[in-house]
Amino acid sequence: MVTTFIINLFYLVGAASFVWGLRLMNAPDSARKGNFIAGVGMAMAIIAALIEPISGAFDNFAWIIGGLVVGTAAGYYAAVKVAMTAMPQMVSIFNGLGGACAVILGLVEILLIYSGEREASSSALIIITLTIIIGGIAFTGSFLAYGKLQGLVNDSAVTLKRHGLVNMLLLALTLACGVFVFLQGAQGSPMWALIFIGIAMVYGVSFVAPIGGADMPVVISLLNSFSGLSAAAAGLIYGSRFMLIGGILVGAAGTILTVMMCNAMNRSLMNVLIGGFGGGATGGAQGATGSQVVKEISLADAAILLFYSKSVVFVPGYGLAVAQAQKICKEIDDQLEANGVEVRYAIHPVAGRMPGHMNVLLAEADVPYPKLLDLDDANNALQNADVAIVVGANDVVNPAAENDPSSPIYGMPVLKVWQAKHVIVIKRSMGAGYAGIENPLFFHERNKMLFGDAKAVLSKLNAELKNQ
Amino acid sequence: METFMQFFNDNLLLIYLLVFTILLGFEVISKVPTVLHTPLMSGANAISGVVLIGAILLVRQTRPDDYLSLSLGFLAVAMGMVNAVGGFVVTDRMLEMFKKKKAK
Repeated sequence: MVTTFIINLFYLVGAASFVWGLRLMNAPDSARKGNFIAGVGMAMAIIAALIEPISGAFDNFAWIIGGLVVGTAAGYYAAVKVAMTAMPQMVSIFNGLGGACAVILGLVEILLIYSGEREASSSALIIITLTIIIGGIAFTGSFLAYGKLQGLVNDSAVTLKRHGLVNMLLLALTLACGVFVFLQGAQGSPMWALIFIGIAMVYGVSFVAPIGGADMPVVISLLNSFSGLSAAAAGLIYGSRFMLIGGILVGAAGTILTVMMCNAMNRSLMNVLIGGFGGGATGGAQGATGSQVVKEISLADAAILLFYSKSVVFVPGYGLAVAQAQKICKEIDDQLEANGVEVRYAIHPVAGRMPGHMNVLLAEADVPYPKLLDLDDANNALQNADVAIVVGANDVVNPAAENDPSSPIYGMPVLKVWQAKHVIVIKRSMGAGYAGIENPLFFHERNKMLFGDAKAVLSKLNAELKNQ
Repeated sequence: METFMQFFNDNLLLIYLLVFTILLGFEVISKVPTVLHTPLMSGANAISGVVLIGAILLVRQTRPDDYLSLSLGFLAVAMGMVNAVGGFVVTDRMLEMFKKKKAK
């Protein structure tokens, strides 16, 4: 009686701590505490699950403790070792493992039904098939997302012709298999269960395959919501309200984040999932070719320009992350600030490969977050800025989104860097951005280019500034 | 339809829980500033490690001679734990950097 009460209390407090923790993550000052509280909630639930009295249980604590120790060691090691720039990949893998965990639970439960150890009620069968489908997509989809972000998998290598149709067929096949396994009930064979799981996992890969690298933030967030839902479904198998609440919270959070990101790009989720970006982008390329002149600026001129400005706005993009140039960016910031120049950072909601990717990188370089401006504030600041420096960003500063209806990104809100008095674009080459779209900004009258790797160029610029 | 309505009536409390949790999730998240999107996603990802609880309950109910289920359960516990521990630690590392400093 007392034990049951304590255990139920643990689960209740654990679930409440998830909500409270997420709530505290609304503000930078309290976010760390919020994360900690959610972690404590998880720990309480693990303890409760270990001591919960289950009639006829065999406990097998050695197996459980072993799994907990191995998981803790591996998770902690990976989390501590990962570089800040590789964060999106890491989160993706963690997410995939959560999905894999749900798939295994579904597999074992269905095998137990076949061997007669569990009752084959239709509600149990529905829940198990749902767990397998959602968990399977989250599992393999996250691993492919990891491969893409890590640069191990090329987009075109995994995209088939008419991929949209292939995906539709695979989804139909997955659902059909699920219905088949459900209808067979206790008479089903393990072979069919495995085929079903296999197809769900193939669908997970195929689902993520056509989605371009630039859209990865949206996909990771969506897969995160899937793994939450699979955990919630698994919670129904074990009648655990705690798992249900945790899983649904993640599902809702992931969905909202996904929608927020799609809105920021002014595209529908469907459009992102079909992967219309890269392939159909050729239409927007015209009008900005050939005869137009690109002006370059020398490092010394750039340094002087910055040194005598009142207000400078950095516009970071994925190129900054790739070149690991965030720290040198901060050094330039410090030098300019010491000279009375106001330095701020314009952060586009989808800059980088993860929502808020740039914020994390700049925070790593000790840039105080009040200097990071979101889209609206940044555009206000850009109107009065003397210099806008674009570091490794491209599509998020493309004026075609504003004035060229034929461009694939037409209608996406962008950072209007061309409203600043001067624009300097630091870029490796004249190549098109991730979306494969020509950028008229480079030919803009106020724009000057500084070609080279972001880190190398900024280091030289930093050295030039020291000479001033 | 009959079965659906029956299910609805039988599990009313559960359905209330479901609906209110969804609304709560939307409400809690929709106010988060862009700055915190990455840590939030990563933190939510850690919470999806709750699937681990199911894995623990599964192993506890497995017969000690059912080595297939035990091995799979062990794997599930380990993977769920990686999701949870890794998620919380990575989020903490990110948030550690969000210290407020006075802008000069």
